Amino acid sequence: MSGGARLENANPLIFQRTGERLRTANDEDEDVADPIDDREIFDLIRSINDPEHPLSLEELNVVEQVRVRVDDQENTVGVGFTPTIPHCSMATLIGLSIKVKLLRSLPERFKIDVHITPGTHASEDAVNKQLADKERVAAALENSQLLEVVNQCLISNARTG
Amino acid sequence: MKDTLALLQKFNAHPDSRCWYVAWNPKGTLLASCGGDRAIRIWGREGDSWECKTVLQDGHQRAVRKVAWSPCGNYLASASFDATTCIWKKKNDDFECLTVLEGHENEVKCAAWAPSGNLLATCSRDKSVWIWEVDEEDEYECVSVVNSHTQDAKHVVWHPTQELLASCSYDNNVCVYKEEDDDWECRATLEGHTSTVWGLTFDPSGQRLASCSDDRTVKIWKECQPGGGQGTDTAWKCVCTLSGFHGRTVYDIAWCPLTGALATACGDDGVRVFKEDETADPDQPVFSLSAHVPKAHSQDVNCIAWNPKEAGLLVSRSDNGEIAVWNYQSEV
Repeated sequence: MSGGARLENANPLIFQRTGERLRTANDEDEDVADPIDDREIFDLIRSINDPEHPLSLEELNVVEQVRVRVDDQENTVGVGFTPTIPHCSMATLIGLSIKVKLLRSLPERFKIDVHITPGTHASEDAVNKQLADKERVAAALENSQLLEVVNQCLISNARTG
Repeated sequence: MKDTLALLQKFNAHPDSRCWYVAWNPKGTLLASCGGDRAIRIWGREGDSWECKTVLQDGHQRAVRKVAWSPCGNYLASASFDATTCIWKKKNDDFECLTVLEGHENEVKCAAWAPSGNLLATCSRDKSVWIWEVDEEDEYECVSVVNSHTQDAKHVVWHPTQELLASCSYDNNVCVYKEEDDDWECRATLEGHTSTVWGLTFDPSGQRLASCSDDRTVKIWKECQPGGGQGTDTAWKCVCTLSGFHGRTVYDIAWCPLTGALATACGDDGVRVFKEDETADPDQPVFSLSAHVPKAHSQDVNCIAWNPKEAGLLVSRSDNGEIAVWNYQSEV
């Protein structure tokens, strides 16, 4: 991806990672059902790699827990992501990686909406429309080269576990 | 609301993959389904249950998006993400691949036969609609390529009796095509939806067209003669919009040729049937929700189809590979 070419965003701001989740007594109790909450979704996507830099989406503040909305009862998950610069050409790829990660990790009953944080990208409507079109997403994932790039973003690093 | 939509049966058609489409044969005795596993399955009724009669594999290298039966019931056309359309011919209880139509630049989204059986239309993510002619020797020739859409063409459907074609697209529009001097052209562009239009269906008489969209509405369009009506471009007007009924994208819509009931397949996992108010002005039709099954499937409903011979028999298809068969009863 980065090869020898100039990076789009050579000096991104790096943010601090949130600590691990505190476990409560209820979490350990087998009889209490664990609803899926914002933090759990965030834990799934925070360590997705950025396609350009050796950093996670959390470290680049592309994803934040506050931009995740889950409704376990209604089976909906909404994730807003913020590209680091308004003309980022990787936006669709990043959105697709988030979507694929959630599709692979969550129970089938969930409807997953991944969109760009409003006002942060020049082509947000076009990117959002593509991410919402499941036929396009399915066809894109049948493309082995694109699938390989997405899988590279989803490889978890040893330090983030 | 005394009308009911009762579940008759549910079965898993494409294990481990998404089921994209299902189509009844013209006699209403067989179902063809296709999906992400690149196969087409033919199902027949055995007593009260449905059995898989044949599996057509090795026809495509990628997912099969839609299948269509020819009006005589002897041929099947399958549209695939591998950019080809395969024509299958029925031989006893099996089907063999007759020919593979190439030409589209990328995924073929739909294939449909004209009522005469001599024409086939295909549409693709490459934004074009192709019209093919077939002769008595089963030879296919492309006669027109029309580029009226500015984005992916999602679905094509023929008028029930005339040689009139309609297509809908990711560009939010519907286009209507007619043949003029041996060439097919777009005669009307129907604008109004605010997002991708996924499905189209003509009413039994062919005078009206219903479209369903990602904007969660269904629109009914009627052809109206412009003043003077001298065989120039026809005009289609939106005469009704059904909004507030669907929670998410409406992926498919089907108008029953026998009863006039309108069924929709929605991304909120629900199946709905709408009935037309008999007393309303034909130029301002009124539709009401007649039956609704909120959790018809555990995932998105992709496809819905009425049986062409048995009134009230409806089949729906879902992302999890399930097919459900329903019986719709209406108090007239």
